[in-house]
Amino acid sequence: MSGLSIENISMRFDLPNGGSVQALKDVSLDLKPGELMSVLGPSGCGKTTLLNIVAGFLAPTGGRIAMNGHTVQGPDAERGMVFQQGALFEWMSVRENVAFGPRMKGEKETQYGANVDHLLDVVGLGDFKEKAIYELSGGMQQRVALARCLANDPDVILMDEPLGALDALTREKMQSLVLKLWKETGKTIILITHSVEEALLLGERLLVMAPRPGRIHKEYRLPFADLGVDQDLREVKKHPDYNKTREEILAMIWDMEEEIMGRTEESA
Amino acid sequence: MIILAIYIAIFAGGYFAVKQITASTQPKDYTSLKTVTFGDESAVRPNRAASIISVVTIFLLWGAFTGSSLIPSFLHAPAAFTGTGEFSYTVEAGGQSDDATVTVNVHEADGDAAEPVVEAGDGFAKNDVMSVAKYRSKLLRVDKNDELGRTDGAQITAVNGQAIAPGGEVFTDFARIGMTPKGTLNIVPNTGWQMQPLYLPPPEKVASRLAEISSTGFRNSTLWEHLGFSLFRVVIGFLIGAAVGIPLGYAMGLSNWFRGWFDPVVEFMRPVPPLALIPLVIIWAGIGEVGKIVLLFLAALWIMAIAARSGVSGVNITKVHAAYSLGASKWQIMRHVIIPNSLPEIFTGARVAMGVCWGTVVAAELVAAEKGAGMMIMVASKFQNTDIVLMGIILIGVIGFSIDVLMRWAENILVPWKGRS
Repeated sequence: MSGLSIENISMRFDLPNGGSVQALKDVSLDLKPGELMSVLGPSGCGKTTLLNIVAGFLAPTGGRIAMNGHTVQGPDAERGMVFQQGALFEWMSVRENVAFGPRMKGEKETQYGANVDHLLDVVGLGDFKEKAIYELSGGMQQRVALARCLANDPDVILMDEPLGALDALTREKMQSLVLKLWKETGKTIILITHSVEEALLLGERLLVMAPRPGRIHKEYRLPFADLGVDQDLREVKKHPDYNKTREEILAMIWDMEEEIMGRTEESA
Repeated sequence: MIILAIYIAIFAGGYFAVKQITASTQPKDYTSLKTVTFGDESAVRPNRAASIISVVTIFLLWGAFTGSSLIPSFLHAPAAFTGTGEFSYTVEAGGQSDDATVTVNVHEADGDAAEPVVEAGDGFAKNDVMSVAKYRSKLLRVDKNDELGRTDGAQITAVNGQAIAPGGEVFTDFARIGMTPKGTLNIVPNTGWQMQPLYLPPPEKVASRLAEISSTGFRNSTLWEHLGFSLFRVVIGFLIGAAVGIPLGYAMGLSNWFRGWFDPVVEFMRPVPPLALIPLVIIWAGIGEVGKIVLLFLAALWIMAIAARSGVSGVNITKVHAAYSLGASKWQIMRHVIIPNSLPEIFTGARVAMGVCWGTVVAAELVAAEKGAGMMIMVASKFQNTDIVLMGIILIGVIGFSIDVLMRWAENILVPWKGRS
């Protein structure tokens, strides 16, 4: 079976004081190759934990992740990850960062060189190949991170709030870039975000998670990502369903937040 | 005290003078346009004029208070009196009174100590002569050549016309004339404000010593051998310390067992000053090269181990995660992520370690050595060659500073990303 399947994942941490936290409970989900799913939820709903389990950085306490039929045991090049920030290697140039994956596989410059240069052009960094990482702006750094992930040609790309640290304008440009790359490469993408707009615009599927314990609350299938591939994102936002869905999801998350607050007040 | 006052005066005066001069030529750059500068550390940049005046002031004060020939003599602090001085005294004996003069030759310590020749003069009090070295004092029984001496009831009642009694004193233009309780005069020539060369030789004397020792050597070794031996010990000791300490630090940063095993040792040894190990190292390894290098190895080892350990601990876990999900193996992560990421910390440690080693080697050579910068100044101090001691201190400072500059330069070349992630 191809694609990524998340099967009854549960996660329970022991706390130093003897108690424990149920971060995730019975999360199940299937992604077909080429799907783009965005994940939304109030803070503490376990979305980053879920991503770390899929990436293989954490072992779940229950359930399993299956990737193209085999169980995930740890991190692997088939599941690439784009972090919010701080994951680039400052001691390498932009180009060396992007070429990191192929080089680790033992490929020669002649094998990966053309592809790396092509990807740098695609993300608009063709003129910055030999620059040092610390000479780039935040948005450029995230474009390097995207290119680095793509250069390694993973089956699934996991994005942990990749645009979270960027300003609003840069963010909009990067959202278009993510959609463009998704369509061009046909990768399966899971994108975690705390921006409802971003989740709506980029998510072909949109998963809303609820906290305590972390679980899937509701799933949407949305047309906006497909529209955004060849339309301006601001045009997409004028779609009649866009605002309706946005309000619905916002209300949902507000309710969850209020419930948490209420529960905290009761216990306090 | 007067030196401190002059120093403060130049400090303040220089400030106002430079401010006056540069007020019109201030560049209108961003920093100069800041209205809030107090509390904004980035707005504080060293005033180069102040640095230059500061260094010049130090040499000026040094020269002025040692009577240096490098600076014009009107800037000199009052020097100790040398040459021939004269004062008169009045003796009373049995109702008679007579005057006589004392001629004093104040000579350089190694100068002509001949007593001046004067005529005895008339009256019962005869003229006296004496010779005294600069900065010294001398008792003079002026009545011993007089016709009526102390035994005849003669008594000195005045010096230069000013009354004096036992225990009293009179200041003449060149000396303080005191009188002991028994009535003997004590001649103390003015010492002036200048330092004796024994305490502080003038700059040109230090410079000429430098020239002399760099051409003829000191204690059967050339100057460069002395300094070279010190540097050689530091470099070898540091390199061995780094070669052992860095892998040890990596192991401590990467393995529970290594961390647990070496933590007590490293944490205990780190606060022990390397100087405290000198006696033990001498007992174990003697005063030769081996002992010195062992000492410096120990001085550098813990610093480098801790630097490497914190370099490993300081790696951002997302970088490691990123490398794993890009398909890197453990060894590749070590080689391409952990080691480069720890280099800035290791360089900081290396700078500290080189500084500590340089200080330790000088101290160890002070204790015992056949060659070395520390040995040179220790031996010189035993022979009261203050100029060699000063020269040695200046050279040690210059070398220590150069080491630091060199390390910083290497750091800029090798780890340009330091502090910029």
